[in-house]
Amino acid sequence: MTFHAMLRRTLYTVLIAALLAFFAIPMLWLASAPFDSDPGVGLRWPDWTLDNWRITFEHPYALGSLLNSIVLCAVATLVTTVLGTLASYALSRVRIPGRDALLYVLLLLSSVVTGTAAMVPIFVMMFQLGLINSQYATGLVIAGGMLPAAIFILKDFIDSVPRSYEESARVFGASPGQVLLHVVLPVARPGIATIMVWAFVQAWGNFLLPFLLLRDVSGQPAAVLLRTLKDEGGSANLTVIPVFSLLYAIPVVALYLFVSKRYGFRFHGGIKA
Amino acid sequence: MSAATNRTRDTSGLGVARAVAFVSPALLLIGLFLVFPALWTIYIGLTNYTLTGPASVAPAFVGLENFLGALDDALFGNALWLTLVFVLGSAVLGQNLLGFGLAWVLRSAKPVVRRVVEALVLLAWILPSVVVAYLWTAVLDRDGGTLNALLGNESTAWLVEYPMASLIVFNTWRGTAFSMMLYSSALAAVPPSQLETARTVGASGWQTVRDIVFPHIRGHVLTNTLLISLWTANDFTPFLLTAGGPNHESETLPVFIYQQAITNGELGYSAAISFLLLIVNLVVALLYLLLLRRRS
Repeated sequence: MTFHAMLRRTLYTVLIAALLAFFAIPMLWLASAPFDSDPGVGLRWPDWTLDNWRITFEHPYALGSLLNSIVLCAVATLVTTVLGTLASYALSRVRIPGRDALLYVLLLLSSVVTGTAAMVPIFVMMFQLGLINSQYATGLVIAGGMLPAAIFILKDFIDSVPRSYEESARVFGASPGQVLLHVVLPVARPGIATIMVWAFVQAWGNFLLPFLLLRDVSGQPAAVLLRTLKDEGGSANLTVIPVFSLLYAIPVVALYLFVSKRYGFRFHGGIKA
Repeated sequence: MSAATNRTRDTSGLGVARAVAFVSPALLLIGLFLVFPALWTIYIGLTNYTLTGPASVAPAFVGLENFLGALDDALFGNALWLTLVFVLGSAVLGQNLLGFGLAWVLRSAKPVVRRVVEALVLLAWILPSVVVAYLWTAVLDRDGGTLNALLGNESTAWLVEYPMASLIVFNTWRGTAFSMMLYSSALAAVPPSQLETARTVGASGWQTVRDIVFPHIRGHVLTNTLLISLWTANDFTPFLLTAGGPNHESETLPVFIYQQAITNGELGYSAAISFLLLIVNLVVALLYLLLLRRRS
């Protein structure tokens, strides 16, 4: 090996190490602070303990907020998946007048009307309807925001389901409902599962909308409570925050691992999936 | 091809009426929570509506006053400028360059190394924003923050003294995964024979990227830049890290809108600003779709 090649090799290794460090170091806190007897803001080798976990479980709102998150996500995910599947199936199979224009507008909407750009009118609307602090209404708002992208991704999946299956089922006298339920859904299952996981993760991580619409601490999902813990009593609650961050992050990571293992990690036209 | 068969035959036997019934519930929800708010912003933006006080009960139509007011509002100008800095620094330059760099460097890495690096970059992308905000507070805090501990310095409060630089580094870390994945798949489409030729004639890495790789991925660079710019301009995570402070020094447009609407209760004014953001989003998204269509 020449000197030049060795130098290149070393530089390359240093570069990879630096990149690894840049991405890994911020995350290590999530592995150490939850188990440290004196958790600080920064990173250090922990003085191992599980006391933080006990204190977190005893926190009056911590577990409740995880439950709130589950309710919120269940509403948003279910509505998105069911309505999205129905709509994308119809759009895939029937040429409704103006379909292409509709799909184009949906694609635009999904990226143009962001939570940030729509937060004022959505807040005003829910405020005037008296729906501030309603978990179900917040779930519906989140579902409304996710539906265009969901329809788009699902239509892609359903387009790839061969039509000959449906034709044969029709020949044997199946009704359109039976065709959808027993022929199309089983074949499109990977797509529907992907959308369910995607919708759940999006709703689970959504901070802005629940932060705006759920002002009462007992109804807040984990995303908002985690923020509330910072301002509670003027200083950050460093015993509970690390443990709670970890608890809150685990489902997201687990679902991603599940999807990428089962269906392969893929992303659809710029949508985090 | 499928369009042609569709027009003539409806294999599923749904019929237009039932198809419309299938689509309607989804469209109703989208109309209620996406289209209506976007249009209503225009109306609210033309009133002096507030969260509290007399104008909260009986808002008056004020025409373009909110928009004209924005022109004179130094804080709005500040938010616009900071958003531009944030987008240029963390998306156009940060995520783009680091994403391409990672995709380029990892091509020749050992599979294990490649998988580990990619997994970490992806993890930074998928973790919920409230959690990553705490992770970076832990890195950048003055007392016991990881960065200060590594530098052996106890006196720099990064988020207070360099709020925009901190946000730019943070958002580069946060969002690079998308660019990395996009450029990885784009690079896979560059013919290996051309790269081989470049190597045999002794082209440097930079020359190879500029003359061989770039012409192949130019379209991807453009569409990627548009998308990540749009996301970055609308990102609310800066609120979780600095809440716009200190003294508006990191108040990007999303944070500005929130502060005006909720903290100050100026719903009419913040709706007008939201409308401007919607228009910018619309222009960028249309441009993106146009480029995408031309490429295919």
